[in-house]
Amino acid sequence: MNQRHTHQATSETTVEEKVRKVELLISNLLRFGVLASLVLIIGGTLLSLAHHSEYLTSGVSFQRFIEPTDAVPHSLAGLATGLKAFSGTAIAVLGILLLIATPVVRVGVSIFAFIYQRDRLYTLITATVFCLLLLSFALGKVE
Amino acid sequence: MNLLQFDLSVLAISVVAGGLGSLLGLGGGIIIIPVLTLLFHIDIRYAIGASIVSVIATSSGAAAAYVRERMTNLRVAMVLELATSAGALTGAYLAGQLAVRWLYVIFGIVMGYSALMMFRKRHEALDEFAVHAPWADYLRLHSSYYDERAGREIFYRVARTRVGLMLMYVAGVVSGLLGIGSGALKVPAMDLAMRLPIKVSTATSNFMIGVTAAASAGVYFVRGDINPIIVAPVATGVLIGAVVGSRLLGRLHGTTIRLVFVAVLLWVSGEMLLKGLRG
Repeated sequence: MNQRHTHQATSETTVEEKVRKVELLISNLLRFGVLASLVLIIGGTLLSLAHHSEYLTSGVSFQRFIEPTDAVPHSLAGLATGLKAFSGTAIAVLGILLLIATPVVRVGVSIFAFIYQRDRLYTLITATVFCLLLLSFALGKVE
Repeated sequence: MNLLQFDLSVLAISVVAGGLGSLLGLGGGIIIIPVLTLLFHIDIRYAIGASIVSVIATSSGAAAAYVRERMTNLRVAMVLELATSAGALTGAYLAGQLAVRWLYVIFGIVMGYSALMMFRKRHEALDEFAVHAPWADYLRLHSSYYDERAGREIFYRVARTRVGLMLMYVAGVVSGLLGIGSGALKVPAMDLAMRLPIKVSTATSNFMIGVTAAASAGVYFVRGDINPIIVAPVATGVLIGAVVGSRLLGRLHGTTIRLVFVAVLLWVSGEMLLKGLRG
C-alpha cells in the first residue's frame, strides 16, 4: 500500500519539478567544483610559499618568476611529475585546470539533464554546442 | 615588491573585477589585463592567460547562485552558444587575414551606439505578453525568474531570436578576431534585440563567456601562458568577488545594473576607438 503510494507520487513528478531538481544538482556541482579548485589553488600557493621563503623577502627572486620562463608546468605529463613531487606550484595548476574544466563539465552535464527531461530538441542543441567546444579546443591545439 | 605584497594587491583588485564582472556579464579582462601589464609590468602573454582564467572564474563563481535563482536562462544560453561558438571558429580562421584596425573602429562605434540605446531603454517596462515570437515559442525560450528586489516572480517573453542568433555569431567572430571579451556585445544583443530582463541578460552572458573562454583556455595552458604565480591570486580574488557579486545581483535594482553597464560599455567603446584610430 505504502509502496504503491510512493510509486504514484513519482509518476506525478511534473516536468517543472524535474527541471528544478536538475538545476539544483548543477548548482551544487558548480559550487563543489569551484570550492575544490579554490582549495587547491590556495593550498598550492601556500605550500610553495612555505618552501620558498625567499620570495617573501626578496623582490628579485620573485621578479624572476613573472618573466617568461619554461619553469611553468604546461603539459599534463609535467603536471603529473610535479604532483608526484608534491610541488605547491603543481597543486595550484591542478586547481586552475579544475576551474577551467567547470564550464565544460557544466555543458556536458546539461546534455544528460536534457536527456533526463526527455527534451530531444535541447539534447541535440546542447550536444552540438559541446562538439563545437571540443572542435575549437582541438583546432586551437594544432595552431 | 615581494610575492606576498604582489599576491595581496592582485587579490584585492581581482575581487573588484570578479564582482563587477559577475554583475555585468563581462569577463574581468577589461580590468585584469591593464592592471597586470601597466601596474605590475607583467608580460602581456601572462596577463592574457590570467584574464582567460578570470573570465572562467567570474562565470563559474557566479553560476551556482544564478542557476539556483533561475537568473540564467539555460535554453537561451545554449541556443545562442551555437551561434557564438560557430562565430568564434570563423574568427579564429579569419585571424591574420583581415585588417583588424578598422574592426576596432567599427565595433567601438557599435558599442557606443549600443550603450546609448541601452541608456534610452532605462524607463521602459517589460512587455510580458505583447511580442509575437514564433522562433522563441518553438524553442520554448520564454521563462521567469525570482527577483529578490521586486519580491516576486518576473515572467518574460523572448523576442527576435533570429536577430539574436546573428548578433551572437558576429560577437563570436569579433571575440575570435580581436580577443576581446564578447560579453560587451552579448548583453546589448540580449537586452535590445531579444528583450530579456537586464538581470537575465547579464547572468546568461556570464554563463556563455565562461563556456567560450574554457574552450580556448586549453591552448593558453599548452603554450605555457597560464602562470600559476600570477593566476593564483587572480583566480582566488575573482572567485570571491563573483560569489559576492552574484548574491548582490538579485537585490539590486535593474536600472542600477543597466546604468553601470552603460558606463563600462562607453569606456570599452572609447578604448577600442582609440586603439583603432592610433593604429
